[in-house]
Order: sequence, then structure tokens, then C-alpha cells
Amino acid sequence: MKPPEPARARPGETCTVTFDGRTLTVLPGRTVAAALWAAGVTAWRSTRGTGRPRGVFCGIGVCFDCLVTVNGRPNQRACLVPVRPGDVIRTQEGTGRDDD
Amino acid sequence: MTERPRLAVVGAGPAGVAGALAAAARGVRVILVDAGEQAGGQFYRQPAPALGARRPRLPDHRWRTWERLRDGLDRHRSAGRLIHLTDHHVWCVQRESGEPGTAEGAPAGRGSTAGGFTVHALRGPAQEEGVTVRADAVLLATGGYEQVLPFAGWTLPGVVTAGGAQAMLKGGLVLPGGTAVVAGTGPLLLPVATGLAAAGARVAALVESASPGALLRRAPALAAQPGKLAEGAGYAARLLRHGVRTLTGYTVVAAHGTDRLEAVTVAALDRDGRLRPGGARRIPCDTLAVGHGMLPHTDLAETLGCTLSGTAVRVDAEQRTDVPGVWAAGEATGIGGAALALAEGHIAGRSAAARLHGTAPDPRRWAAAARARTRLREFATALDAVYAPPAGWPDRVPDDVVVCRCEEVTAGQMRAATGSLGAGDLRTVKLLTRAGMGWCQGRVCAPAVAGLTGCPLDPGRRPFARPVPIGVLADLPEADRTDLPEAD
Repeated sequence: MKPPEPARARPGETCTVTFDGRTLTVLPGRTVAAALWAAGVTAWRSTRGTGRPRGVFCGIGVCFDCLVTVNGRPNQRACLVPVRPGDVIRTQEGTGRDDD
Repeated sequence: MTERPRLAVVGAGPAGVAGALAAAARGVRVILVDAGEQAGGQFYRQPAPALGARRPRLPDHRWRTWERLRDGLDRHRSAGRLIHLTDHHVWCVQRESGEPGTAEGAPAGRGSTAGGFTVHALRGPAQEEGVTVRADAVLLATGGYEQVLPFAGWTLPGVVTAGGAQAMLKGGLVLPGGTAVVAGTGPLLLPVATGLAAAGARVAALVESASPGALLRRAPALAAQPGKLAEGAGYAARLLRHGVRTLTGYTVVAAHGTDRLEAVTVAALDRDGRLRPGGARRIPCDTLAVGHGMLPHTDLAETLGCTLSGTAVRVDAEQRTDVPGVWAAGEATGIGGAALALAEGHIAGRSAAARLHGTAPDPRRWAAAARARTRLREFATALDAVYAPPAGWPDRVPDDVVVCRCEEVTAGQMRAATGSLGAGDLRTVKLLTRAGMGWCQGRVCAPAVAGLTGCPLDPGRRPFARPVPIGVLADLPEADRTDLPEAD
């Protein structure tokens, strides 16, 4: 949770979100991906074809590997979307919709 | 002419900011359109303000350069000469139809505006709301992204791009795990390894495939850049201080784990880039930050019809593309780093300002930037020669490795497409296997597919630079809609 040392950060108030039902305390300003990494979570999607786990790969919005469902909306790039208090974050299975 | 000409700058990294400042200082209204929450691009990426970092992790001289650029943006913004649209993801730049030179106040000559441009963007991280910006000219400073060549296990969670690990650290002040291996090839690996170590990760090894001999062979060209050598030596000293072991002439052959990374196998390479027998070792780690150089972002330029040179946008001495009214600078015109991007952006901004005022610029006015550009391009060429991916990499990718990460297409399927099915280009491989047809549109896998199949790495020809909601397209005014590029 504590940011790494050299940044000497003094973050603002923490907030809480849930990930697959589990409550996480997160620092403000972080993306969903950074919040999940800080909580020790590195995978939040299973692929459409073989159901393999995926998480961050490129970290800058190019690869779409880190797709996640936030507040019911699937296919959000976790590395771009900032976390907001009360977010309900869920592992995205396949397309993240009911059609698969 | 009643209004000052308007330049849209796409991208607020070093090239875009330098270009925006140079143009704004010369009587041009600048609209800077960028996907980030804050200016800086990847190189000067800052932690979100709410994280309260007192300063970003940059060496002092770089931080001073950034302060100067940031203050310049603030000054021009307060003076009303510059608008900075943050969180705007540009998906297409369209040339408006119109006869050259007939638009009111349009200056004549190459680089003039010929009817102007519409920049289409999506607002906010959700990217569901469309925004359009009109301008007389455009500077594309779209940057680049990292190339990663595949190996067994590269899709496991915990395997990230070197630049991605750095971006998460710079922007989110977060690490993916406790023990990292940094691997691949290229100058980016040094700051990534030192950054991870300084942030508290144990960096078990820095694995660089280039041999020490390759560096020595390019020594004269590299030594012509004493500042860059000192920078490299500084990183080397920091790696030593953090006790990071450096393996040069080694490559990662496999990442291991079931649902997340647990270890990597690295192996020694011979002079020809082939594996040395008996040179493999296993290194336990929960993070692998890997990269094999950078690629330019050229989607917007390609859609505008700009000619590419290799994988980069081709520009002249003024940083003009071959499409009138379109300039390009920075990594989009060839990978060379932030200092080169600053020089190119500065030249582009000055050239655009002069041309938009209907005058020919005097290149002597930017002689210092032009000299820096020449020097830094030579250095980049020398680095490219040192840090080429090892020759035999495609032969080491087993058939069952997923190469197209989006569509889960394996190396074996791609080999079959060119083997028994006779595909001779990436487009045919895509049509036969779906490789490159997924979310990322082949940005990640195209170099790998080209290497594995022997097909040339053609430009991607992606009419939209990112996914666009159908509602945004439907809401476009009729005039814009009819001019949109046809999908490939």
C-alpha cells in the first residue's frame, strides 16, 4: 500500500473499492491496475479462447490485455481508468458480456 | 484574415510540448490534444496529483528541463495562446476537403493548410464521448510504444513490458511484485532496472541480449556522445549499488508458472545470436519486465496519407511530412529518445508557425536544435545497431506459444498459414488465423508475426487509432462522416 520510497509521496485520503467482492483500501489518484497491483492482484481477466489469466502487459493503453469490468461495464483498460471511491471491480471472464 | 492561425498538436510528450511552445511563442493559437491527465507523455510521466508525490523520479537535469517546459505551457495557457485538452484520446485526424489556397487567409506554399483539419478525439478514460477540434495545421507527436518478441510463458501475469513497469511506477508509484528480472534489449532496460531497484524491488538480474562486443564495435559512434555515455555509466553505478547482476549476451527463453510468473529461464547467446549449449539458468522471480526496443505510433499519419520510411513517419528538414499542413516530430518519426524529440518538436513548431503566417522559415534560427537533432539521430542509429534482437529468436518460439495475445493465435498456426496455406504477407496471415485482428489491432504482435512467418512488417493501415463507439461515429456531422477513411 505504501508507495515506494524515492517518490516521498504524501497521498491524500484513502478510499475503498471492491474486487470480486473483497474490500480493498486504495490510494487516491491510482488507476484500477495500480490499485490492484498494490493489493497484490496481478490478474483480472480470463481470455475468451482458453480462459487463461491476464493482467497488465503494456501499462500504457496499447495492448488491451488488462481489460476489466468496473461498475458493471466490461472492457475497461485497467491501466488507464482511475479508481473512484466505491468502485465495484470484477474479474472479466471472456468478453465480459453474457453472450459467451 | 481576422484570426490567428491555429495549430493542433497531438501528443503532449517532449516533442509535442516543445512544438506547442515554439508555435505559441510565434503568434499561433495552439490546441494541444493529449490522452494523459497531465502533460509529459511517457518520458515525463508524473504521478497523479492525489498521490502527493513531492517530485517525480527523474535525474536533476531532466527535472529542470521538464519544469521549464511545464512553466512554458502554464504561461501560454494563462495568456490565452494555448489550450491543453487533457484526457482526449485522438482516434483520427481528417483533412478537410477544400481547394488548396482557397480557404480564407490560408497561406500559400508547401506546408500550407489547404482547407484545414479535423481532429477527432474521445474524452475521458471511458472514451465514449466524441470531441472534434478544427485546425489549420497539425503536428503529430504521437510517440511510440514498446516492442516485445514472444517466448514461452510471455502471456503469464507478472510478465510486463519494461516500459509498462516503468509507467506503472512513474504514474502509480506501484510495483507488481517483490523480485524482478529486467530483460530484452535496448537502452530502456537500464533506467527500468534502476527505477525498480530504487523503488524497493529486488532486481534479480538485468538480462541484455546484446553482447559486450557489440557495444565495443560501435564504440566510436557512441563515444561521440559523452553526455549519453556518462548517463549510461551513471545507471551502471546505480545498478552496482543496488547489487543488480547484469548478464549481457543472455536472453530469456521461457517464463514459468501456472497462473502467474514464478521464474524465468535465461540462456547465453553466441556471437550469431544462437543459444550456447549448456548456458541456461533458472532465476526465480514474480515480475519480468521485458522489451526489445520501441516502435513509432504512426496510425494518425498513415490515415492522413503521410509516407512512412520503414516503420516511422518520413519528414523533411523542417519536420514536415509529405502531406501539406502536417508536421511530425519525436518517436513517431523514428525512435531516438526525449532529447531528440525536444529538438524535433522545437523545429516543427517554428516551421509550422512560419508557414502558417505565410512565410518561409529561416533554418538558421534553429541551428542549435538542428545540430542536436543530427547528433542524436546518429547516436540512435548506433544504438539500434547494438541493440538488435538476437538473430535466432523466431526459431526459439515453440509452436504452442500464443503470439497474438488478443486472439490467442499460436506460433504453430501462424507457421501453418505461411507454410501449407501459402500466405505471403501479414494481411493474409491475419485473414487466415485472426492474428492481429483483436483489440490491439496487431500493434503488439505484428513484429513477432513478421519475424515468425518471414513476412515483411508492413504498416498497419489502421484507419482508427483506437476503438471508437458506434454512437460517436453516428453523431458525426454528415460532412465529416462522408470523408472518413475506408477501412482496410
